[in-house]
Amino acid sequence: MDGEELTEQETALYDRQIRVWGADAQRRLSKAHILVCGMKGTIAEFCKNIVLAGIGSLTLVDDRVVTEEALSANFLIPLDENVYAGKTLAELCCDSLKDFNPMVRVSVEKDCSSQVTYQASVENFIVSLMLLWYPAVPSLLRDSCGEIFVDLQLHTYSKKKLEETIECQLQYSSFEEAISVPWKILPRKVSKLYFALRVIERFEEAEGRNPGEVSIADLPSVLKLKKELCDEHSLNESHIPDALLERLVSSTREFPPVCAILGGILGQEVIKGISGKGDPLKNFFFFDAMDGKGLIEDISNSAGS
Amino acid sequence: MEMNYLQSAMTCERFHFSSARDKVDLLSHLIIDMDTIEVSNLNRQFLFRQSHVGLSKARVARDAVLRFRPQISITPYHANVKDSNFNVDFFKQFNVVLNGLDNLDARRHVNRLCLAADVPLVESGTTGFLGQVTVHIKGKTECYECQPKPAPKTYPVCTITSTPTKFVHCIVWAKDLLFAKLFGDKNQENDLNVRSSDASSSSNHVEDVFERRNDEDIEQYGRRVYDHVFGYNIEVALSNEETWKNRNRPKPIYSRDVLDNELTRQNGNMDKNCSTNCPSSVSAMAALGMKNPQDIWGLMENSRIFLEALKLFFSKREEEIGNLTFDKDDQLAVEFVTAAANIRAASFGIPLHSLFEAKGIAGNIVHAVATTNAVIAGLIVIEAIKVLQNDTKNYRMTYCVEHPARKMLLMPVEPFEPNKSCYVCSETPLLLEINTHRAKLRDFVDKIVKATLGMNLPLIMHGSALLYEVGDDLDEAMVANYAANLEKVLSELPSPVTGGTMLTVEDLQQEFSCNINIKHREEFDEEKEPDGMVLSGWAPPPTVEGANKTIDNAGSTSEALPVEAEKSEEIETAPGKKRKLIEVSKNDGTSNAEEIKKNEKLQVLDDDDDDDLVILDGGDLGFSPSKKKCQW
Repeated sequence: MDGEELTEQETALYDRQIRVWGADAQRRLSKAHILVCGMKGTIAEFCKNIVLAGIGSLTLVDDRVVTEEALSANFLIPLDENVYAGKTLAELCCDSLKDFNPMVRVSVEKDCSSQVTYQASVENFIVSLMLLWYPAVPSLLRDSCGEIFVDLQLHTYSKKKLEETIECQLQYSSFEEAISVPWKILPRKVSKLYFALRVIERFEEAEGRNPGEVSIADLPSVLKLKKELCDEHSLNESHIPDALLERLVSSTREFPPVCAILGGILGQEVIKGISGKGDPLKNFFFFDAMDGKGLIEDISNSAGS
Repeated sequence: MEMNYLQSAMTCERFHFSSARDKVDLLSHLIIDMDTIEVSNLNRQFLFRQSHVGLSKARVARDAVLRFRPQISITPYHANVKDSNFNVDFFKQFNVVLNGLDNLDARRHVNRLCLAADVPLVESGTTGFLGQVTVHIKGKTECYECQPKPAPKTYPVCTITSTPTKFVHCIVWAKDLLFAKLFGDKNQENDLNVRSSDASSSSNHVEDVFERRNDEDIEQYGRRVYDHVFGYNIEVALSNEETWKNRNRPKPIYSRDVLDNELTRQNGNMDKNCSTNCPSSVSAMAALGMKNPQDIWGLMENSRIFLEALKLFFSKREEEIGNLTFDKDDQLAVEFVTAAANIRAASFGIPLHSLFEAKGIAGNIVHAVATTNAVIAGLIVIEAIKVLQNDTKNYRMTYCVEHPARKMLLMPVEPFEPNKSCYVCSETPLLLEINTHRAKLRDFVDKIVKATLGMNLPLIMHGSALLYEVGDDLDEAMVANYAANLEKVLSELPSPVTGGTMLTVEDLQQEFSCNINIKHREEFDEEKEPDGMVLSGWAPPPTVEGANKTIDNAGSTSEALPVEAEKSEEIETAPGKKRKLIEVSKNDGTSNAEEIKKNEKLQVLDDDDDDDLVILDGGDLGFSPSKKKCQW
């Protein structure tokens, strides 16, 4: 599309993945610039994946210092206190990530704005916006289950159908639009995780808590809020099992293998979005290690998929 | 071996087992991998760096993981998992075995050892966007071999030598016939020369064609070879009218028609190449100024590459000629095979392909990305933890698909009971139909015992008579005896094997034993049964009518049926011919997702009490209802 060819080095390094998505997609990836905020375990895995994939550049934002929680779930953070003392999470992750692929420019931004947009921009026309915000939607992963939300705005892409390549277009909702869809009109079998996470989100918001700042002690209040929300939405309470809420408030730590799974799915979605190849996920993804299902739900105010 | 999961395992362990310290003492791990690191690994095997290329994967992985989690004990083995050191006692040391292998042979081998050692096995594989993780517990779940794995794609000899219709046929011809003939072992028999209807063409005469005469100019030699295989051989083939009655006739191609005399120009380029000493940098593309491996060259360009590559082999790598086997990482070999395949394709009206594509086909390259591997790695760890905690009710087989089925990208399935007719774990006897007066013991050993049954070090008994065995401790007389037995037809063995008899074959290392009932059959179909043998007796449970779905290798279906990329090819020998044309390593693409296309219904567990169980019908994953879920 832009006439530039991959270098010999790129062709050798990316051979196996070029066989999956093609040289054109690889070129687009190499022109993409990604901004990531909040270096949690899942995001660390995600960064590893897109760096290995060969994006153009990656900028990290996270001014927090190392905690035990971070050490347990973020494999990019070195264990040696002598090494990590005095550095922010972003700086430490940056050092580790650079190592994975010298062809990707990895850097750190000190930016404390609470909602930052990721821009993956491709040379000429296509601008894909991936929203991975922190702290507004931090409930990416709690315990052994997690959620991914995707908003590609108006996304044009191509895909193979039988022997042909066809052009498609999808209209996405923003996060606010998505979560404002009344619960009662959602299909009966929508993942329970969706509702449970919304309850917790509301709770944290109402109590002025940071995301993830809940504990088992909050359970009674959370259950009460659940009842209120279900009434408000005319939703049968059985859609949000108490046991699930209990799980989500008791353990807000990330579980490393689930970080890998979510980081993998997220990585693939970003790659698809940038390359404009293949049906992107629309628009929520849920994984729960308890049942092992990885589900896609389309919860948007635009007409279906 | 994919190292991703080890990373996850190490990370997870620190978090998880700190809470389960009483149950799990010191966690020690062991990695076995015979490979060294290649550049193309680096796009996903993130424990490795550019500086590690050429080093042992097992060792580098160990070092890398220790940097993340220094308190863990990891022992690396730079070795083949099929080594006799890794016997049942060895495997018994472990609580769980995690496989990240890339070939069917090794997986079956490990499966048998895990069964013999009664150690849980977590199997996995990925190809591109597809992947799966499966759990195997002896006696409780299916073993890895309970569901027969699809046989690799094979082609009849005549398709390769005379009537190709697809590009892959041309690749196989170029790689296993032409390349082998020109650069490989001269003593190997080779089907390169087309049989003409005129039986008078003596083999002596034909042999001369490929031998370069003393002092023969390389360019001239090259053109002579070119004209022979692309021109003369085609003309000979065309003389068999019968062959072409219902087929498109190929066109003979002679170098003089495609290329003018470009000797001088090529000489100039050759000088440029002289400055490079390293054989691996010798390249016809470079010499001809062709840079992009993704370009699809025309007939002329392919012809130039063909001649240039041939010339470079003889001028720069002469000492290797006679010993070369095709290696996908040998740039010049790939160039030669691409060009040769393309010229043949042009002759037969088959679309030409780029070097990049040709290399993938010729090298059985499995496409791979970091993301799918990360997902599968995470799933492996989750299952491994369940195994270590004996959380039997929650073991799952999980399938990762590209296109969601019923909203699912990751589909968990409960493991099934062992297949009662699995010859590996249920010890069901098999039936072999064979011509006992024509087939030799050697054929039986090569095709059935080793290739089909996957035995490594077999032992064959007929009643109490030992017909054949392999081992280090055999004395000369025994070795000679077995060698003699191999050449005998079955009915003439010291203990004659005729219809109605039963053979026992064993692999002591795998601790795997199998009984085979012999049934004599006179005739076999040349096309459908080219080996002259049919082994049967194990099968998945009966299928539901209409739920049968064959996957075409052309591409993924619109449903979530994972399809294995078409990567592996083999030629079967024609009946009567005892040698094997080629033996391509069975690259199952590391994704056994095809096993779930076997027509069985599955029940995906839904943990909601109020919802119905989700039952995917035959169209989704193709399972029939008669498979039983395992009882714990």
